[in-house]
Formats: sequence, structure tokens, C-alpha cells
Amino acid sequence: MVLNTYSDLNAVQLDVLKELGNIGAGNAATALSAMLDHPIGLSVPEIRLLSYQEVTEALGGPENRIVGILLSLEGDMSGMMMFLLPEAFAHMTLNTLLGVSFYDFSSIDEMGYSAMKEVANILASSYVNAISLLTGMRIQITVPDLCIDMAGAILSVPAIQFANVSDKIIFIADEFICGEERAESHILMIPDVISLEKLMTRLGVDR
Amino acid sequence: MSSTVTVGISDLNAVRSPDVLVTYALGSCVGICLYDPLNRIGGLAHIMLPSSIDSGVKSDGYKFADTGITLLVKKMEQMGAKTPLLKAKIAGGAQMFASITNSSIANIGQRNVASVKNMLNRLNIPIIAEDTGDHYGRTLYFYTEDGTMKIKSVSRGEWLW
Repeated sequence: MVLNTYSDLNAVQLDVLKELGNIGAGNAATALSAMLDHPIGLSVPEIRLLSYQEVTEALGGPENRIVGILLSLEGDMSGMMMFLLPEAFAHMTLNTLLGVSFYDFSSIDEMGYSAMKEVANILASSYVNAISLLTGMRIQITVPDLCIDMAGAILSVPAIQFANVSDKIIFIADEFICGEERAESHILMIPDVISLEKLMTRLGVDR
Repeated sequence: MSSTVTVGISDLNAVRSPDVLVTYALGSCVGICLYDPLNRIGGLAHIMLPSSIDSGVKSDGYKFADTGITLLVKKMEQMGAKTPLLKAKIAGGAQMFASITNSSIANIGQRNVASVKNMLNRLNIPIIAEDTGDHYGRTLYFYTEDGTMKIKSVSRGEWLW
């Protein structure tokens, strides 16, 4: 089977991706609990193939201000991974991690930025480790880069990069639960199609 | 009464005065406003990529600076606009992630702007206002009543061109 775009993925392959997402999210919750020194619960992640338009809507519209954190995948898998965190998620992690309460995005300082990048680093590693463990692929992630701006503007970065590959992307929605607080996080997995094909072959679902 | 027409990503549209065109959250994409002040016809294109030639994939022309601008001019001509009268205002082309190391991602906004300028130059359409580059997202409103372009950002407020 030749994959040309993400839309060529069949039902079995999508299920495999969902399972990878489940394992990754489980790892992520464990890692986040350890980092925040606080039990973190997790709802069953939802994994879908969405168009950029649909992702933008899921994030509260193009002008909604969110945190975007971008990492590149290198090694046996290349592509991008992007975390899209709403204000509530940034609140939850920063308040627990740094013990400071911040009111809105403009009150985040340098310390807050590095803390958020570190959280993204841990979450990304959790997902990547899940894939590595199951497939034996060696995958490295680059230093995360952070941007707080309109959801649509942030999404334009992966949209442009993969415009010639696919109009749809793999969208993972998690809900982390920390005490009374609940916070959604969204992850875009954007491997290039060659990497995706490799992944499917390794997992024995290449046809 | 004027109505407002939304232009999506890889999309374009043209309207007559006093209608307003809007495109939301330009990141590295570029918004191109063209205006015929005599016939008071305005057009807006939201392009994602610099050139249809190096894309290798045959897809819709609205996505690219070169083909998108040509198609917008054509659409405006069909509505009665005169190409020699057209003036341009452009916005967007930001580098959203400031410290990204991958150069093909880092430069894309800049390359989009360069391609837009090149195309407008070839069509002899002068650029009378430009709000491009930097590291933030922009929403663009284009008022065809007088050709004003309004830029809105989440962290810096809004201003007129």
C-alpha cells in the first residue's frame, strides 16, 4: 500500500494510531504527575483526522488566543509535533508547577515560558517514547519553540509546511484532570507520509 | 448597509463599495488587498505558499502567491475593475515561531512576501501600504468604501493603513 496523504489511512491504521495516542497520553499523564508532584488524571483521548478548518473551530475559532508549542521530529521519523494549549491548561500547569497564580497570558514571564516549554518537552517525549517502544524506531525531538497568539496564525505554520501533503492532520484531544481543575490539551501529530508508512510497516498494518 | 464577506485560507473574493472583506488570523500567510478607487471595487486574497511552480502538485491556484493574485485580478476585471487603476496593500508573512531552527519553516513568511511583491511588480500594481513580517498573527479588514486596511492583533491592538 502506498500512502500519499493522511486521508489514505484505512480504518485499521487509524485504530492503530488511536492506540498509540492512548499509550502516549497515559505516559504523558504519568510524567506530568511526577513533574507537578500532584496526581494527574486523564480522560480517554479522542483522536481524529481533521481539516485545518475543523481544527481551528475545535480550538475556539481563528482569533482565539492559545499557546502553541512546536517541536520537530528527527531520526527514523521526520515531521512535526505541535501542542495547542488553551489558557486553562497553562493556568493549571503554571500554578501547580511554579506556585504562582497568573491571570492572563500577558502576565506570563520568562520563567513561565520556560516552564511551559518543559511541560511540552515532557509530553512530547511521552508520545515519542510510546511510538519508539512499540516500533523500535529511533526518534529525536528538537528543543520546543513557543508562541502565544491567534489559533489560526499558529496553525498556519504546520498548514503551510504540509500543504502539498495533506489537507487533514491527526488531531489528539486530551483532558487532564488535576484535583478540581480540568484542562484540555490538543496535540497535532504531523509526520511526513514516508515516516507514517514506515510506522505502519513496523506495526504490521501496512495493507 | 454594507455586508462583510469572509475570505478563508487559500481563498479569495471581490466586492463593491461599501462592502467589507475580512480574513482572520494571518500567520505566515499573506493577505493581498487590491483596490480600484474609481470603480470602488476591492478584492482580497489569502495565500499560503509563494509559488505554484515549485509545489510539484497540481492543486487549486488560490493557495499560491503567483496564481492567486492573477486569479484575483481576473475576478475583479470581470466585475468591471480596471487593472491599470489597481493599488495594493499587503499584510502578514510573519515568522510565528521566533527561534525555530528549521530554515524552510523559518523563512516561509518572508518568501511569501517576496513572491507577492514580485507578482504585483510584474502586473505593474503599486504597493501603497505594507504591514508584514515580525512574529505575530494579524486579522485583516479591508473597507472597499475608501480602500482602508485595518489590522488587528491579540497583543498589540489594532491600527489602520
